[in-house]
Amino acid sequence: MTLRARYAAGSLLSIRDLSVEDVSNILSLTARLSTMSATERAAILTGRRVALLFYESSTRTRTSFELAAKSLGATTTLVSDKSSSIEKGESLKDTGLTLRALGAEAIILRHSNSGAPFVLARETGLPVLNAGDGMHEHPSQALLDLRTMLTRLKGTDGAKHVDASTLKGVTVVITGDILHSRVARSNAMLLPRLGARVILCGPEKLLPEEALGLNAGIEIERNFDKALQQAQVAMMLRIQRERLAGLELDLNDYIASYQLNSERLKTSAPQALVLHPGPMIRGLEIEGEVADSPQSAIEEQVAHGLAVRSALLVRALGKSVTV
Amino acid sequence: MSDLLILNGRLIDPANGIDGERDLLVRDGRVAAVEAPGALKNIAAAETIDATGQVVAPGLIDVHVHLREPGQTYKETIATGTAAAAAGGFTSVIAMPNTVPVNDTVAKLEWMLDAARRSAVKLFAMPAATLGSMGVTLTDFEALRAAGAVGFTDDGKPVLEDHVMRAALVAAARAEVPISQHAEDTRLTGGCSMNAGQVAFRLGLRGMTVEAEARIVERDIRLLREIEATEGLRPHLHVQHVSTARAMEAIRAAKREGLHVTCEVAPHHFTLTDEAIGDYDTHAKMNPPLRVEADRAAMVASLLDGTADCIATDHAPHAAHEKEQEFERAPNGITGLETSLGLALRVLHREQGLSLSRIIALMSAAPAAIAGLAGRGSLSMGHFADVVLFDAGSEWRYDAAKTLSRSRNTPFDGAEMLGKVRATICEGRVVYRG
Repeated sequence: MTLRARYAAGSLLSIRDLSVEDVSNILSLTARLSTMSATERAAILTGRRVALLFYESSTRTRTSFELAAKSLGATTTLVSDKSSSIEKGESLKDTGLTLRALGAEAIILRHSNSGAPFVLARETGLPVLNAGDGMHEHPSQALLDLRTMLTRLKGTDGAKHVDASTLKGVTVVITGDILHSRVARSNAMLLPRLGARVILCGPEKLLPEEALGLNAGIEIERNFDKALQQAQVAMMLRIQRERLAGLELDLNDYIASYQLNSERLKTSAPQALVLHPGPMIRGLEIEGEVADSPQSAIEEQVAHGLAVRSALLVRALGKSVTV
Repeated sequence: MSDLLILNGRLIDPANGIDGERDLLVRDGRVAAVEAPGALKNIAAAETIDATGQVVAPGLIDVHVHLREPGQTYKETIATGTAAAAAGGFTSVIAMPNTVPVNDTVAKLEWMLDAARRSAVKLFAMPAATLGSMGVTLTDFEALRAAGAVGFTDDGKPVLEDHVMRAALVAAARAEVPISQHAEDTRLTGGCSMNAGQVAFRLGLRGMTVEAEARIVERDIRLLREIEATEGLRPHLHVQHVSTARAMEAIRAAKREGLHVTCEVAPHHFTLTDEAIGDYDTHAKMNPPLRVEADRAAMVASLLDGTADCIATDHAPHAAHEKEQEFERAPNGITGLETSLGLALRVLHREQGLSLSRIIALMSAAPAAIAGLAGRGSLSMGHFADVVLFDAGSEWRYDAAKTLSRSRNTPFDGAEMLGKVRATICEGRVVYRG
């Protein structure tokens, strides 16, 4: 799968746009950037302009993209829907054209509508990085999750490249509100292509059978303990109350069946790596103790996010860096 | 009016069982003679068209178009929409009432049908079934019928409440016109922008289920049965743009039972599936949405076996800026008048082997019968001289940039078409030449 010609090179709209080789190149670039000195890194995108366009709140993604751009020497500007002409009814197209006219060379977009990055990329012709669109995808999150897994499972050198069998023998269990999760979609469409077995886990309401269509070989296991027993990686997801749209859920039932607590972890997956893309609700999908345990790589995910997003920005702006 | 002679064509008139070489004479806007080649050679006509190599058929009729006037003339006007209709071989179209304001009174209906709107073809209208299409109070069916209404519909949305739909069917039966229903249980489709299924899941879009369409069709059929049993009336339910196998199955069963149900299928529903949405292409967004392959195949099958009564476009123009939006924000609908015949011939005739005569019937005689358009839909003596001439074997590609519609929102830009319209004649006047 190559990026379709109608979008500027360097765009990342869906994880499906990346070939395994592209993913490997991004990981190599990430590794190379991480070994550079701050001064060396700051020279890479000096004088380049990057716009962050955020229609939805964000802590990790926004800050890490912004810090990544700044650490590379780029100038950034942040436009959010709450404090811009978007509030006055300006369209996504016109907002994008305005940013382009102001000199933005790439746009990082977070939007509550699935597919919005495609509109922005088509209408502006600029490289667009999808920083989360509705219930659709969060491709940079999948890449940082991948780097986190590889670093923990295979060491720093093991996180420098991948091929179609890198994750052979690794089972990743993604549990929770799959229906509304863009993180789940991006991961489920990336990891099997690198050889991983992906098991989705959750109640019918949050995990409909249609999810099996995301990728060949994906499995559904409704029993969390059974799923955990097979996991090398347990990725937990928040219940997205803001997207439930009338769906009724008994939270006590949910916690009893699907919360990752220390008891469960000890019994079913004492060795598994625990991931969570955040924001997490301690005491709901995950017990605080588990989040803070040595098995958890949640803070590492955030750090890898900064690194991976640096590489995506370098790629978006077409800057070549010797790896 | 001056006479028109159409010579040497293959005349296909399904209503009269004609498929062969015939010459056609038009006088005073009416069909004056249909004769074997040569029989009319001594008639002096003001204009003669040589239709050698072309099909000569009753002008096409579309029971479901949105012309956007009054109120949204930046999308379309009656003049531009009907010009596109003429280019597509249509000689009659039926305008839906969801204009701004909604067509729900005699005054609004008369304004719409007035010659000042400059319709290029014969214009009919189905006014709203309820005031403002709000689903509460019935419009004045008798007065609207007398002013030319050919049916009633709240198209764009369903008549949702059982008792309102029941009253509408009763009133329509008394007025001897159909209720044309947009079958969507909107209680189940809030926030949905495409078909429910694997594609919607992958794209992260909320999907409309098959149940949302089927439940309304099944409910309406139940109402027909009840009304027949209790009121001694025989209401006519016309189901718009059927898109699911399940709804079509309910219609098939109702027909077998003897109830008066007809239905239409839109070209996009027998041509495309939800995969056409691709990267959130808003030109593949309409309501009802594109469904899965099994549903598309069921629409084809229903046209082949006669369960589907007619083809209708649901021509729904929108401005470019409205479609250049986030998928969920973009309005539903695509244009369709210029691509309907080309798709029907490509998919149903060439790919599926349906005869030209059947396709012409689905696009002329059948819609005329559904809407009770007297003197139209066939080339019988004395009928209106509504005629389309097309080259049935001509392959071409649709170019949306050349449309006569004011809008270009079509998923068929650049798509292969079969059968090129050469002339459209409405009441004896040539209204389009291609």
